[in-house]
Amino acid sequence: MSALLLRDLRLAVRAGGGFGLAAAFFLALVTLVAFGTGPEGGLLGRIAPGILWVGALLSCLLSLDRIFALDWEDGALDLLATSPLPLEGVAAVKALAHWLTTGLPLVAAAPLFGLLLHLPGPAHAWLVLSLLAGTPALSAIGAFGAALTVGLRRGGLLLSLLVLPLYIPTLVFGTETVRRAAEGAAPATPFLLLAGITLGAVAVLPFATAAALRAALR
Amino acid sequence: MSLWEYANPTKFMETSGRLLPWVAALAAATLASGLLWGFFLTPDDYRQGASVKILYVHVPTAMMAINAWLMMLVASLVWLVRRHHVSALAAKAAAPVGATMTLCALVTGALWGQPVWGSWWEWDPRLTSFLVLFLFYLGYMALWSAVENPDTAADMTSILCLVGSVFAVLSRYAANFWSQGMHQGASLSVAPGQRMDDAFRTPLYIVLAGFVLLFVALVLLRTRTEIRLRRLAALAARERMA
Amino acid sequence: MMPDLGRYAFAVLAAWGVTLALTGGLVALSLWQAARARRALAEREADRTPR
Repeated sequence: MSALLLRDLRLAVRAGGGFGLAAAFFLALVTLVAFGTGPEGGLLGRIAPGILWVGALLSCLLSLDRIFALDWEDGALDLLATSPLPLEGVAAVKALAHWLTTGLPLVAAAPLFGLLLHLPGPAHAWLVLSLLAGTPALSAIGAFGAALTVGLRRGGLLLSLLVLPLYIPTLVFGTETVRRAAEGAAPATPFLLLAGITLGAVAVLPFATAAALRAALR
Repeated sequence: MSLWEYANPTKFMETSGRLLPWVAALAAATLASGLLWGFFLTPDDYRQGASVKILYVHVPTAMMAINAWLMMLVASLVWLVRRHHVSALAAKAAAPVGATMTLCALVTGALWGQPVWGSWWEWDPRLTSFLVLFLFYLGYMALWSAVENPDTAADMTSILCLVGSVFAVLSRYAANFWSQGMHQGASLSVAPGQRMDDAFRTPLYIVLAGFVLLFVALVLLRTRTEIRLRRLAALAARERMA
Repeated sequence: MMPDLGRYAFAVLAAWGVTLALTGGLVALSLWQAARARRALAEREADRTPR
């Protein structure tokens, strides 16, 4: 399975802008928000937790349809399904690869964007922690959505429609964590709920993802 | 892919064909009597005035929005476990009904809150949860349309329904959590107060029963349509191959 | 006959109106789709029998 992981990582990098693309998109998004809402620092600071999390979410969304698309098109997915690797393991590895190439760079880049959006100082640590705890869920849920729409034409838009509502709990608790930290309140409760959702998603969704892949391959 | 030769759909078509007129008639009668009673013959609430009459359209549609999804969940499970085509098609048939109910619940909820909130929409946790449910319905219906192979579509949408149900519940809790955090104080309980007079309760129950019957009638009708469409597709496919 | 809805008239009438319109529309649409499918299937099966 580590071979699969390395292969996917190498593919992502070779396909151009593997690690940096999500972060670049995040930057573009932050810039657009500033243009859209005006440069007034106080306002930006107040909406920063939400914007940062929505930005991370949308950046993750970008590369979701590619999780299985390439393998579907060249038949590699059939091979993976018939290989001794359990399909659930394949699904988990694919999600992990997505997280490493999309979620993790976002976590690293987030403090910079926090500065740009006037996020209050104490919240930066919790921004990183919340993204670290939440982005794996985004990848796991995203992989599930990608499996549901694999091989569909115009699948990208449908993928977004399916996945975004599933992102809502993670978004709510992630934003709440950062917001409370920004206000000086205790972020422990939403953070723990966020972590709980991620643990649940990462543990259970690969089974649903594998079921969807099997349905698609039948 | 000769669906028609399976025993299940044939028996379903026979049984539903006999039942449907009765269910439909009963639904119409129940709805009409309950709605007329509720609109014309109930008093005003001392706090909410005549707006309490919205109760009779908001509560039943909100309940059906959720019940429809639950029915789809059960039907999806039956498909995944027992592979009864009728079950998968029944879930597909129920979705637009549920979506319409959700939309009605949203609009009536917003209208009910408007005199009190002063605005046309507030991100009240309950209404927000219904908005999320509406999105789930849209995604479910879109997935059915997008996948060509009907059995694959049934599989995909069933799995989506399962996973979606879990996340819908999570979203409900998240929405409650989220609205507390906003300190808006706009979290208004649109539901009627706890002490509901019998004067309100009885017509409400009648309308509720009416909407349930309407749901059953519509799902029976729409499932029959889906079965016929599957049969049409099977015939067309066979002719193409002949 | 029409109860006095006071200042809630718009809200109540709009709420009821939207519900009846959407639900009625759904019923009409479902009936139309059912009739169309039944007709199409009947035609297709009539085409098959002369074989």
